[in-house]
Amino acid sequence: MSEPLRGVVVTHAGLAQSLVAAVVAITGVADALVPVSNDGCDTGALSARIAAAVGREPAVLFVDLPGGSCFTGAVRAARVQSQVAVVSGVNLAMLLDFVFHRDVTPAAAAQRAADAGAKAIRIPAA
Amino acid sequence: MSIALYRVDDRLIHGQVVVGWGQPLGLGFIVLVDDAVRASAWEQDLYRMGVPTGVEVIFASVAEAARGLEAWQQDPRVGLMLTGDIGSMARLAAASPAVHRINIGGVHHRPGRAEHLRYVYLTEEEVTALRELAARGLDIFAQDVPTARAVPFKEFA
Repeated sequence: MSEPLRGVVVTHAGLAQSLVAAVVAITGVADALVPVSNDGCDTGALSARIAAAVGREPAVLFVDLPGGSCFTGAVRAARVQSQVAVVSGVNLAMLLDFVFHRDVTPAAAAQRAADAGAKAIRIPAA
Repeated sequence: MSIALYRVDDRLIHGQVVVGWGQPLGLGFIVLVDDAVRASAWEQDLYRMGVPTGVEVIFASVAEAARGLEAWQQDPRVGLMLTGDIGSMARLAAASPAVHRINIGGVHHRPGRAEHLRYVYLTEEEVTALRELAARGLDIFAQDVPTARAVPFKEFA
């Protein structure tokens, strides 16, 4: 792959901006992720925001919930752009792993990110 | 009455509908009334993915919804009827007196629309359509989530 993959984080309210800011603060990698909020968007406006963020390059879309406007907008984007993968249930751990493993296909990066995100969910005290 | 909410929301099935309203209402089914979604199996699969197990989603055109309203009113489960635009809800209200209270849950910005509330933008034609419904005695209110104040029509248009 010539260019490392880009990640686009699509969420409700300001969650995407906060997650991306946290990744930059922890890793210092500032060019890997683009935040997109669904604030104020109907279906068409959100699709336009996602399309603008993705551009024409391969990408992984990270969405918060496994359903809803962010999810449906991301899946619609992947339907028209074959080099786009979608992962739901975004968390900080999966984004931190993603920014250091972007020289793979979108599908491989999405699977790796999903695995990293799932491994981060633990119950260390109960 | 088994349909607890008649809602206009241009995002159709999304977090506010499934979680915000769905949890406190104890939703058993959602009737998604949209001619384009009704015609697309792919779109229907996409919207089903966002709905918890145990909540049925019924996809209907406006004409099918008008015919099915009476049966859904008899359903023992709690239901929510959803359209993506004011015109479709107005057509349903014209077809059945069961639609007597309409929740404007999300009509977002597009060219030609003016802001009335943070989540309600309307064209002049949409304002006129709502005024006609209100004049017929329907209760029109804006409310995105149940914990927000229900804003009466006369306050936002």
